[in-house]
Amino acid sequence: MHSILKGSSLLFMLAIIGFSSTAGATDVIVAGSTTVQPLAELLAEGYESFTDDVTIIVQGGGSSVGVKSAADGTADIGMASREVKTSEFEENPGLAVHTIARDGIAIVVHPGSGVHNLSVEQIRSIFSGEITNWNEVGGENTPLIVVSREEGSGTRAAFEDMVMDDELICLGAILQPSNGAVRTTVSITPSSIAYLSFGYMDDSVAPVSIDGVGPTVANATNGSYPVVRPLNMITLGQPSEAAADWLDFILGEDGQAIVVSEGYLPVN
Amino acid sequence: MTGKQRLESVVKYILLFSALMSILIVVMIGIFTFREAIPAFRDIGIIKLLTGTVWRPGQGQYGILAMIAGSGLVTLGAVVIGVPLALGCAIFLSEIAPPAVRSIVRPSIELLAGIPSVVYGLFGMVVIVPLVRNIDVPGNTGFGLLSASIVLAVMILPTISSVSEYAIRSVPKRFREGSLALGATKWETLTKVILPGAKSGVMSAIILGLGRALGETIAMIMVIGNSVIIPFASSDNPLSIFLSRARTLTGNIAVEINYATGLHESALFATGVVLFALIMIMNSSARMLIGRGKWEKK
Repeated sequence: MHSILKGSSLLFMLAIIGFSSTAGATDVIVAGSTTVQPLAELLAEGYESFTDDVTIIVQGGGSSVGVKSAADGTADIGMASREVKTSEFEENPGLAVHTIARDGIAIVVHPGSGVHNLSVEQIRSIFSGEITNWNEVGGENTPLIVVSREEGSGTRAAFEDMVMDDELICLGAILQPSNGAVRTTVSITPSSIAYLSFGYMDDSVAPVSIDGVGPTVANATNGSYPVVRPLNMITLGQPSEAAADWLDFILGEDGQAIVVSEGYLPVN
Repeated sequence: MTGKQRLESVVKYILLFSALMSILIVVMIGIFTFREAIPAFRDIGIIKLLTGTVWRPGQGQYGILAMIAGSGLVTLGAVVIGVPLALGCAIFLSEIAPPAVRSIVRPSIELLAGIPSVVYGLFGMVVIVPLVRNIDVPGNTGFGLLSASIVLAVMILPTISSVSEYAIRSVPKRFREGSLALGATKWETLTKVILPGAKSGVMSAIILGLGRALGETIAMIMVIGNSVIIPFASSDNPLSIFLSRARTLTGNIAVEINYATGLHESALFATGVVLFALIMIMNSSARMLIGRGKWEKK
């Protein structure tokens, strides 16, 4: 009986010590876009190696959740892989946007489709379902298969924003719930076309130039490639001291080096 | 003596508590899902939600008819492919297979139940989908109801086969012997004596499989294409409807819940309520069917 009491009081003491040590450090909660999440985790790791008294906690949820949780205070910083919408600014005029990196969105097709270049108008007509055969854009006489992300995805929102204007992506499109699944689908489906974050491109899919400009980091950096989206950190008003310090680190030399090493474009 | 009795009553209450817990959990999940879905039912309207064919949350259009059709058709397809296969397995294992064969076949079927559904999805995506794509029908991408039904049929096979095998085995041996003694062939004994005797067990096996099929999510997302369209036949053959892409009710929730806020989120919970209702209708009609079977026997 005595030993149980002793054991439990020891546990209790340990719990208190554990509690006070975390309470001494400041937590910065970051939530939102699953595109920004892996990058934010690396940036948090990099930052924490310099400082002991701040812990950055990174959670997913998606871009819309990122904006929402920054606005209602559930997170200190929200992540979004797209611009903040006008409607979101109207609801919360106090939102402050900090762009930490940029990411290109490439148009990719199944290798061997024979089409290497499309205009923005052609891409728009393909994804809206107006063009349904490859021969309408200089390819073979085969039906086009459109692959897209699901409604609410930051990549889809950015693509709709920059390419589709007010046109809607056709309902018949194959929808896959992640960049990785979109890439696999295009790589195994002949005559398919999709849009993909630069970070996910590899040899299993073939890139398409837009108006003659290839989807490369160099073209995106010099501004000639048209479909580039910001990766944003969002705060409500001015960030807290700890959050501001982390954002400074991200925008500084070390942070931007991490951004570049992950295949994203730095902000200057 | 009193100590023993006390222990007995304590155990009794612990068991009662466990039983009540399971009811409580079901009720709580039901209430929670329904409560979250109320704004959708109120702002969109039940009729519009159930009969609407366009799902564009970004444009404020919420119709889940396409998903109801998708879930229904893929389940139908899985049953058509999976049930004969599973029943065949069950009959083979219980009536025909010698013990040595049984000791290999049965664990392999049970192993199927242990494979995570994401692995089925992956298999479907890289093996079944390219195979289905070979069917020469315009617009066929391989992603769609047929691929999903095949994957689902394999997934429900172990459930249906093991429960039916148990039901067939529990038909008393004297029924078989009596039938054979009267000069019936093995086939006649099987179809006229054993299967009717095991009917209610086989029915509940199929219902269990149906429940699993309706609820399957991740494997479906990977092979069905997820397009929000009501499946349609793209050639003269009405069966080509199974080459159409579709989205299931479960897939609708899983694909979009990460991003959903406000009315969109509520509409996804409403999708969950519809799924809940469908499964309850199915289970209770199955119960009625099974009950009636027993009644007739008496």
